[in-house]
Amino acid sequence: MLSIKNLHASIDEKKILKGINLEIKPGEVHAIMGPNGSGKSTLASVLAGREDYEVTDGTVEFAGKDLLDLSPEERAGEGLFLAFQYPVEIPGLSTTNFIKTAVNEVRKYRGEEPLDAVAFLKLMKEKMAMVNIDQSLLSRSLNEGFSGGEKKRNEVFQMAMLQPKLAILDETDSGLDIDAIRIVANGVNKLRSKDNAVLVVTHYQRLLDYIVPDFVHVLYNGRIVKSGPKELALELEEKGYDFIKNEFKVEA
Amino acid sequence: MNNELSAIEKTVLSDYKYGFVTEIEADEAPPGLNEDTIRFISAKKNEPEWMLEWRLKAYNHWLKMQEPSWANIKYDAINYQDIKYYSAPKQKKKVNSLDEIDPELRKTFEKLGISLDEQKRLSGVAIDAVIDSVSIGTTFKEQLAELGIIFCSISEAIQEHPELVKKYIGSVVPITDNYFSALNSAVFSDGSFCYIPKGVRCPMELSTYFRINAEGTGQFERTLLIADEGSYVSYLEGCTAPIRDENQLHAAVVELIAMENAEIKYSTVQNWYPGDKDGVGGIYNFVTKRGICQGAHSKISWTQVETGSSITWKYPSVILKGDHSVGEFYSVAVTNNHQQADTGTKMMHLGKNTRSRIVSKGISAGVSNNSYRGLVHVGKNAANARNFSQCDSLLLGDKCGAHTFPYIEVKNNTAVVEHEATTSKIGEDQIFYCNQRGIDTETAVALIINGFAKEVMNQLPMEFAVEAQKLLAISLEGSVG
Repeated sequence: MLSIKNLHASIDEKKILKGINLEIKPGEVHAIMGPNGSGKSTLASVLAGREDYEVTDGTVEFAGKDLLDLSPEERAGEGLFLAFQYPVEIPGLSTTNFIKTAVNEVRKYRGEEPLDAVAFLKLMKEKMAMVNIDQSLLSRSLNEGFSGGEKKRNEVFQMAMLQPKLAILDETDSGLDIDAIRIVANGVNKLRSKDNAVLVVTHYQRLLDYIVPDFVHVLYNGRIVKSGPKELALELEEKGYDFIKNEFKVEA
Repeated sequence: MNNELSAIEKTVLSDYKYGFVTEIEADEAPPGLNEDTIRFISAKKNEPEWMLEWRLKAYNHWLKMQEPSWANIKYDAINYQDIKYYSAPKQKKKVNSLDEIDPELRKTFEKLGISLDEQKRLSGVAIDAVIDSVSIGTTFKEQLAELGIIFCSISEAIQEHPELVKKYIGSVVPITDNYFSALNSAVFSDGSFCYIPKGVRCPMELSTYFRINAEGTGQFERTLLIADEGSYVSYLEGCTAPIRDENQLHAAVVELIAMENAEIKYSTVQNWYPGDKDGVGGIYNFVTKRGICQGAHSKISWTQVETGSSITWKYPSVILKGDHSVGEFYSVAVTNNHQQADTGTKMMHLGKNTRSRIVSKGISAGVSNNSYRGLVHVGKNAANARNFSQCDSLLLGDKCGAHTFPYIEVKNNTAVVEHEATTSKIGEDQIFYCNQRGIDTETAVALIINGFAKEVMNQLPMEFAVEAQKLLAISLEGSVG
């Protein structure tokens, strides 16, 4: 589904990603872990198409298309979703109205008819129950005055509404207490299927207690330096990132 | 009248969809302004002597006045002798019903989305359509007359209801008030008149559509609206003009009078031609709008969505004379490309326990300048006056300007006056967030600005809110990304 080959990216001439290789197949959950400044969020942003970053080398294929050739909204239309680490606020724009626009823009991209009000409401009710989100939150302005937990739950709700092929969760656990993490993770787990995939970007292992990955990759200094089964995350938790740093400091 | 569009006109035509010219024969006054011009207009309209004298008095006062220069706008001097002060679509004979209106004129209004026929039958909106200098027809007249409501052109009111016009015209905006209102008083050629009798709640939206069509003309319309004791009316005006590479002057005066317990809601969707991307052409919009809450417990509410004109100079105001009266001003002003807007309000608290609320939302893009200028005045007898003002500015890009000039004069120490102001920019982050959800940048900007302006848009009558939202999006097309 997603095939990243030798991806290099920089911001303001500073090299951040220095040759990433990653293959994700439908139905899989991959976790990317790494110390601060290793390039985790940069990878998420580059995949979503943020313009601040310049891709200097490598290729990314997504669902049979050259991802790097598509605009951010086209990538969303193809089924790529990014749950933001810091979801933005848009005052005066109701969350429901925002999501309805998003759902129908994505449908338009796929050549589907827009959902009418009744069909949209039905879909919304169904997904609200699934991710345990309250109606009152959705009638408020997008993310305005939302708590950290509410913002992240809103991200997962949007993921449920858009039903992406690949969901990238960028530090979705940051700033959340353990109860909020559990609610968000439950939502994500309910959305997992054999046809879609999840890429979890996280600093801590604790989110992976709830969203259990098939593969764990350690990102350090712009490269994936170690990959393994879910137990690798526990090993990292136990030993800390220092053992990675020590092991790879020659290259760094 | 020229019938070929220039290359520039063609390229911008796609942006401003009301930029067409209707080919109709016009009955015009030659350019220039002197006493004879005024006599010509007055004679054309078969006006009584008192009206002519009033006009001449205004003209002679205007001659002694100076064009104001305090606003935050720049433009080449207007040559008042180059303007045609009267242009009327030529009608073969007096029109007795809407069915007899020139088909070309009817087509004009259909292109604007206002079918006079349809309006007459289907919708709940009564319309007075004014093209260049004259009103060409008013819908729903008979139905309104049954309730005692008078809704007609001001020319007609001068003929049919001279006692009302004589009593109220100039009572809120005197001929000596300012340069542009004095000019309007001298040469106004038409406009709308409305009287709501005691205790009547007007059952439909009343609406006037103003259209400048002829080349080289100025439009000077006069609107007079009186809501008698305990009555209610909601009024909407819309305006458009053809695309031309000259600047055309529009200097209107609107006067509102609310008696005891009466309420007037006055909404404007102003979409005069704003000029092209290089700032060539466009309407100079110098308008004086003022209402008086004459009686106790009366209320006047102004709502404006200003997207057009190359220059906007406009301060819809309320004189809160009656005790417990309420004044409101809700405004969204959008400027793009080279547009300049200096707009705001004046709330004059004179009576006791009067309240006012100001919500101004300015959106600037391109290399435009957008200024809010507002005065809150609390007189020495205005005990317990209360004002709340909120002025928010939104910037698109880094070459535009947003300015706020609040003036507060308080002469009674029981007053409570609050002012809040914010300035923000549409963030790359906000746009990227929308993009990531499949929403393209143009749509994202429309969502963000409509969210920003929502508090004001909510004040518009339902029928026009959707239209106004689209207008905001169109005005800012291409300004981001």
